[in-house]
Amino acid sequence: LSNPPSSLSFLEGSLLIVFQGKLTLLRDTKTDGSFLVHHFLSFYLKAGCKVCFVALLQSFSHYNIIAQKLGVSLTAAKERGQLVFLEGLKSCFDVFFGEEQHVGQTNPLQFVSKDGSNLKTMYEFVRTSLMASGSDSWKCPVLLVDDLSVLLSLGVRPVDVLDFIHYCRVAVCSQLKGNIVVLVHSNDDSEDEENELVVNSLCHQSNLILWAEGLATGFCKDVHGQVKLAKAFSLLPMLP
Amino acid sequence: MAALATGGATPSDGATSFQRKVPASSRLAAIAGTRPSVRHGQLLLSSGLPSLDCVLGGGLAVGTLLLIEEDKYGIYSNLLFKYFLAEGIVCGHNLFVASAKEDPADILKELPAPLFDDVHKNQVDEKETAIKSKQESQESMKIAWRYQNLPKMEVSPAASARFGHYYDVSKTVSPELLKSIKWHRFFLPEEMSLHPEIKTCNMTCGYTRLLQSIQRIIYQEGFDGSYPQKKQKNILRIGIQSLGSVLWGDDICCTDNPEDIFSLTKFLYVLRGLLRMSLSACIITVPAHLIQNKAIMERVTNLSDTVVGLESFIGSERETNPLYKDYQGLIHVHQIPRLNSLICDVSGTKDLAFRLKRKQFTIENKKIINIATLINN
Repeated sequence: LSNPPSSLSFLEGSLLIVFQGKLTLLRDTKTDGSFLVHHFLSFYLKAGCKVCFVALLQSFSHYNIIAQKLGVSLTAAKERGQLVFLEGLKSCFDVFFGEEQHVGQTNPLQFVSKDGSNLKTMYEFVRTSLMASGSDSWKCPVLLVDDLSVLLSLGVRPVDVLDFIHYCRVAVCSQLKGNIVVLVHSNDDSEDEENELVVNSLCHQSNLILWAEGLATGFCKDVHGQVKLAKAFSLLPMLP
Repeated sequence: MAALATGGATPSDGATSFQRKVPASSRLAAIAGTRPSVRHGQLLLSSGLPSLDCVLGGGLAVGTLLLIEEDKYGIYSNLLFKYFLAEGIVCGHNLFVASAKEDPADILKELPAPLFDDVHKNQVDEKETAIKSKQESQESMKIAWRYQNLPKMEVSPAASARFGHYYDVSKTVSPELLKSIKWHRFFLPEEMSLHPEIKTCNMTCGYTRLLQSIQRIIYQEGFDGSYPQKKQKNILRIGIQSLGSVLWGDDICCTDNPEDIFSLTKFLYVLRGLLRMSLSACIITVPAHLIQNKAIMERVTNLSDTVVGLESFIGSERETNPLYKDYQGLIHVHQIPRLNSLICDVSGTKDLAFRLKRKQFTIENKKIINIATLINN
């Protein structure tokens, strides 16, 4: 292994080499699983990967402040071209309040106003963000999504959400040998059938599922819940 | 959260993003009626109810949405709505009041009068000793009582440096106090008659207009940092009454199979963007008990920051239950935001009942109430 320009340990670095071209599903039940998103974001940036972050739920400064606590500056990562950050709230603002000609055809959130369910522009955004350019020296590309359930609230049909993930897998996992990490919310007694459909389908497709669950006995100040690991991949021993 | 737009950013400039322009320290804390959170420097506002502020971890964060699920007759949710706006008046904030059923001017006239004097403290002192002995471990109640020890001689509202105030619901706010603040109105019947039909983003017409109206005020009054040279920054408190009800043109409250289930959630998403980019906070009441499609409320919750549900005892069997003799209903805290931090700070209890007196609305732990009543009986 050549010396990686990152603060990862040797073990973490090896894991990265083995774990490529995979879809990881993050799901949370009765608790907020976004801490997993923050972890993966800082992990992949420290590892030297190129990251496309589709951040639909919170503002850039929210993620940046937390990332700094985890030892990464998102602003610096953006400036050196390692991080492409899609701030969903801002893009939606542009679509809703912006002039028609300024929005153009390329705003990834334009489905909110146009035909309502076509995620093609968002897919194109992801693909062009992670495409290798000649001068890049980044490791495997990563697509991170927080969170997919929001798309359903914006009028996207479940089948179109799943299509979007499928297209991204082809482009990012198969062609570019990168990883995809996606967060979804779910509840045991949820009545949101569309969301359950998406979650179940993704559980089936993904290589690794990290499930953050709130405690069954109710809220507790010191212990927020447990994280279950499901469908873990098999690690090939990587010892010199 | 207070994220200010960088100067000169235009909507078409895709490379910029809203960034914090000033350090989140003394500059922002100088805004009346706000204080930084102890945990993560987030700027907080009072909801108008000191006991609710405790339950929410100190107050409402600037740039966030407080969603209230209305109680069956909307009595107590309307009261919380009024406390929020009244607090804005006392702090000198700007208000934006939106309603589809009541003229905003009438809503403002009926806001409760703030309490500025000693009288309230004396009355409350007697209760203080009684309740304190029941709840030694109840930190949140102690914090609520602590407000009584702050300076009580408030000469004028502008001089009020306190965080969180008490109100007398039997009196309405004085017209002079109302005149001292700047406020904006959105009354749907009025808006619909003024302009022809428009439909943007496949959203209910009323919601579209409301969003445009809010955005216009935020931009024109500089709440998004558009005028960095403006010396004194202020907060915009937005109050939206009974969103989702039939009067807004939405049918999610009156049918099992609404024509458009996305209008409300799209509205909340666009609103979220507006709130995050400005020095504002918003309270919305929603008649959740009328929405048959529960998936909608799940999505609404995910798109809101703080979600509180009210359940009144009126007309229920609990009204005659001796356990709840002095209480008017229950408060369910469904969600509290985790902003700028990996964990949230929230009081450990979720079993809360509320009690409304003329000069005070308190929130207490249900289990303590049960134990206390059992001991007394």
